[in-house]
Amino acid sequence: MDQLFQQLINGLGLGAIYALIALGYTMVYGVLRFINFAHADVLMLGAFSAFYLAPAVEKMLGGTSAVGVILVFVAAAAICAVIGMTIERLAYRPLRNRPRLTVLITAIGVSLFIEFTGQHKSVFGASPQPFPRMIPEKTFHFGNVIVSGNDLLMIGVTIALLAGMWFIVQRTRVGTAMRAVSHSQQAALLMGVPVNRIISFTFGLGSALAAIAGILYSIKAPGIEPLMGVQPGLRAFIAAVLGGIGNLPGAVLGGLIIGLLETFAGGIPGLSNYRDAIAFGILILILLFKPAGLLGRSTVEKV
Amino acid sequence: MPFPGAKRWLFIGIVLAVAVSYFAPQFNRYYLGVWTDVGIAIILATSLNLINGYTGQFSLGHAGFMAVGGYFSAWLSLKVGAGIAEAFWFFPLTLIAGGLFAAVVGFLVGVPSLRLRGDYLAIVTLGFGEIIRVIAQNTQAVGAASGLKGIPKLTTLGWSFGLAAVTIYAVTTLVHSTYGRGFIAVCDDEIAAESNGVNTTRTKVTAFVTGAFFAGIAGGLYAHHKQFLSPVGFGWLKSIDIVVMVILGGALGELIEGSLRMFCGRVPLKGLWATLGIVSSAVLLTWLPELLREFAEYRMIVYALLIILLMLLSPAWLFSAISLRRERRSS
Amino acid sequence: MSVPLLELDQATIRFGGLTAVSELSLSVREGELVGLIGPNGAGKTTAFNMITGVYQPTSGTIRFEGRCTRGVKPSKLADLGIARTFQNIRLFRSLSVIDNIRVAARLHNPQGYFGALWRGKGWKQCEAETEKHALELLEIFNLARFRGEEATSLPYGDQRRLEIVRALATRPKLLLLDEPAAGMNPSEKDDLMRLIHFIKERYNLAVLLVEHDMKVVMGICQRIAVLEYGRKIAEGTPKEIQCHPKVIEAYLGAAAV
Repeated sequence: MDQLFQQLINGLGLGAIYALIALGYTMVYGVLRFINFAHADVLMLGAFSAFYLAPAVEKMLGGTSAVGVILVFVAAAAICAVIGMTIERLAYRPLRNRPRLTVLITAIGVSLFIEFTGQHKSVFGASPQPFPRMIPEKTFHFGNVIVSGNDLLMIGVTIALLAGMWFIVQRTRVGTAMRAVSHSQQAALLMGVPVNRIISFTFGLGSALAAIAGILYSIKAPGIEPLMGVQPGLRAFIAAVLGGIGNLPGAVLGGLIIGLLETFAGGIPGLSNYRDAIAFGILILILLFKPAGLLGRSTVEKV
Repeated sequence: MPFPGAKRWLFIGIVLAVAVSYFAPQFNRYYLGVWTDVGIAIILATSLNLINGYTGQFSLGHAGFMAVGGYFSAWLSLKVGAGIAEAFWFFPLTLIAGGLFAAVVGFLVGVPSLRLRGDYLAIVTLGFGEIIRVIAQNTQAVGAASGLKGIPKLTTLGWSFGLAAVTIYAVTTLVHSTYGRGFIAVCDDEIAAESNGVNTTRTKVTAFVTGAFFAGIAGGLYAHHKQFLSPVGFGWLKSIDIVVMVILGGALGELIEGSLRMFCGRVPLKGLWATLGIVSSAVLLTWLPELLREFAEYRMIVYALLIILLMLLSPAWLFSAISLRRERRSS
Repeated sequence: MSVPLLELDQATIRFGGLTAVSELSLSVREGELVGLIGPNGAGKTTAFNMITGVYQPTSGTIRFEGRCTRGVKPSKLADLGIARTFQNIRLFRSLSVIDNIRVAARLHNPQGYFGALWRGKGWKQCEAETEKHALELLEIFNLARFRGEEATSLPYGDQRRLEIVRALATRPKLLLLDEPAAGMNPSEKDDLMRLIHFIKERYNLAVLLVEHDMKVVMGICQRIAVLEYGRKIAEGTPKEIQCHPKVIEAYLGAAAV
């Protein structure tokens, strides 16, 4: 029973990270109807930003502190927001009126570009590097249950960010504009919504979340390297589709489910070799049988 | 349109391949090796072009079919032992066996997947490609993660070019027939095609299975050329490689057609320049990494940039191998 | 002939909460020219989509030549003899004019996959026949001079005509025309009316026509059915329909009756 609870927290912690990344995928799909393959790499860039920023901030503030940690998070998020918006501006916006597949391939190209450049020895180098200990490892004991402080942190941060996201999307003008654009770009444009700026904002927001998720993920996982975003990115993408691509609460739900699934299935021997295949298998099954996902709506094509 | 004399061209192609094969031993083995790779690349790109270009179904899992064909034919060769494998009749048989197995897998993947469109089809095919890779990685009979070693070297330049000629013949003759117009119709407008008697599901699956068959043959050629197969080389990156080759081929084909139109006022042999484009693309993308070996560390970065630039600069309808650019009729 | 060529019996289709067509009963006999009219959104194109197999009716049956068409693919229905044109012209933009016809003629070309690969004598003969048939069709309708051109480069009226000719190449028994007069000027509409008459006589077809232009509808239809909000509210000869109070109400409002 205690094991179960432990695994549960573990899974939720992982799921929280996936949820943050999935939000980015789903938001972009919502406004642009396109899957941003390069999203996973922003996560990596967030981790590396923190990697370089943490020691600098430490030096600046003379030691580790909560303020320092928050500063690193915010700075990394800001950097990645800018990167995300730049990618959109340079690589995706010119293709706004092209077939969706053109943009998909471009996204793949951008993703590969970031990964390969990162692997170059003068940039990050291909080998994994240890992530700085920004947050002291603390474990809590509830009876026989050992809960990692990090997991609680992740859940907490995610809840806070989700609350912020919900507020933005539901209660602010920007959020309303985002929702308008995701329903119909044309109509939004006619209503005076600055579509380009809203799309930029969406990318920025999604990238910031990915950066934070990247840092959280690095705290959980051993080392960081340029290809670290691929695995969590895939899981998060499946989560987004599972929840209903384009649907924000769906992305969160999907993320938690995938996180829990992965944690509990990780205990089953022999499965780990087939992890990728199972992940894709789930994705294929969803797309074949319930493409709208758990919370999405299916649309009928007008003939 | 029916492209008369197609068989004549195939005959010429095969004769050339045999001739080249005859003189091959005189040439540098390294060059022979790369040119053999070119032949294999042509088969992969041409077969994918039938699916992506002509029928408009975006498949990101072509490497999976290559893997199936490669592994199966290699496994057969190793199973029968060196004695039989060296026999002149064995190689084509094992290649066809690989191709057929790949075709069956293509059918199994195609039937459920081809109901989907666009992004979703791309992801599902990518997924299937990866699943095939993972299965290969975990199958002891084909070497699992350490790969399959010691495959007999049965592929020659002649086989590679000869089969490339056959593949080009097959795809071109298929498409340039009344039957084959169906593929393009499905690409352009599924609903209109269906209403005019074209069974879109059957057409899409046929294109898919045909493409898979030839990819399987390419895989078999590859296996008996490199003499070693590793599942890593058949992942989605390889599928992207092939897709980029097809896209570049389409762009080159349009470039050629556009130039012809500009300088000759009209385009002779319309629809066939796409093939030349694909072949050029295969030659370019196979040789360039070899020629730029010293810049190997920048190669992948440049490659990624190439993909991005190709997409940004290409005309909108790049996915059809046939020129779709509206001709400005001089009024 | 006692069995009508096409028969809809209480055909209904629902999309989620919206009932697009409700209990539509309609029949078309061989050689008849029937019109289907109604205000926008009345469900006319949806009815077409049901007849051609693009949508499956939620309830009710549709019979063609006495056989139920439920679950039959549109391509099979085309083979059985139902052809259609579309509201927004759907020509194959990558193909030339004659190739557009070829696609439709493909139905009756027995040479398939292996025929195209092998290219034997039989194949060459069939290809020549298909080409001849296609060219003949184009010539009858004055489109032969465009045969090598991209289908979508033609002037609008010619594109509409091409779409109809393409439908004819499937050798249909029933031709469904969805707003063929849309975007035409009066003289083009006169040509269209003559064209439809000509087609009906020459190819011995039944025609079901959806159209907004009353001059065209009243001019050529033998019988007219009127839809409103998915329901048939009237059916009869053009004269009867013109004076029908429900029809007038549907188009002009209750006060006009």
